[in-house]
Amino acid sequence: FQLFYSFFKSLVGKDVVVELKNDLICGTLHSVDQYLNIKLTDISVTDPEKYPHMLSVKNCFIRGSVVRYVQLPADEVDTQLLQDAARKEAMQQKQ
Amino acid sequence: MEKQPTTNTVEEPLDLIRLSLDERIYVKMRNDRELRGRLHAYDQHLNMILGDVEETVTTVEIDEETYEELYKSTKRNIPMLFVRGDGVVLVAPPLRVG
Repeated sequence: FQLFYSFFKSLVGKDVVVELKNDLICGTLHSVDQYLNIKLTDISVTDPEKYPHMLSVKNCFIRGSVVRYVQLPADEVDTQLLQDAARKEAMQQKQ
Repeated sequence: MEKQPTTNTVEEPLDLIRLSLDERIYVKMRNDRELRGRLHAYDQHLNMILGDVEETVTTVEIDEETYEELYKSTKRNIPMLFVRGDGVVLVAPPLRVG
């Protein structure tokens, strides 16, 4: 239950690109919760002419369920650690 | 009740995915999207972390006069990606053509 929540907590403060089911937002990951709701600060909309109403917004709260992807900086991610954690999580789920 | 703290046998579909950790996989998603990448992590919701991914989005344009279907696909590469499980439809080893 905790795997991706802990993973995102380790990325707080990093720049990420959150792709919502309808469009793109880039920002700095400010905080995350157990539902993977995300608070982004200092956001920029990647296609400003399509979505001008966000131009003055600096921070936003995103409901976890509308996220399609989160693009991550590859060098901030420890893939070995992730793989081991995923194996453990899978084992816990079976019981 | 039997408890199975560790097991090397494949019992449930999620075990098949476990076997693919650190391997390249193919993921089919909703809205005609496909991903190919290296699986680093997953959970029971099928949230996943993929490394070195290529995303393909396929669209169909229809010529209004001839009703011809023109299939277009757009690809992009992303070094490390979290994918939310509610968009995932299929997980498989990568398709090899030829």
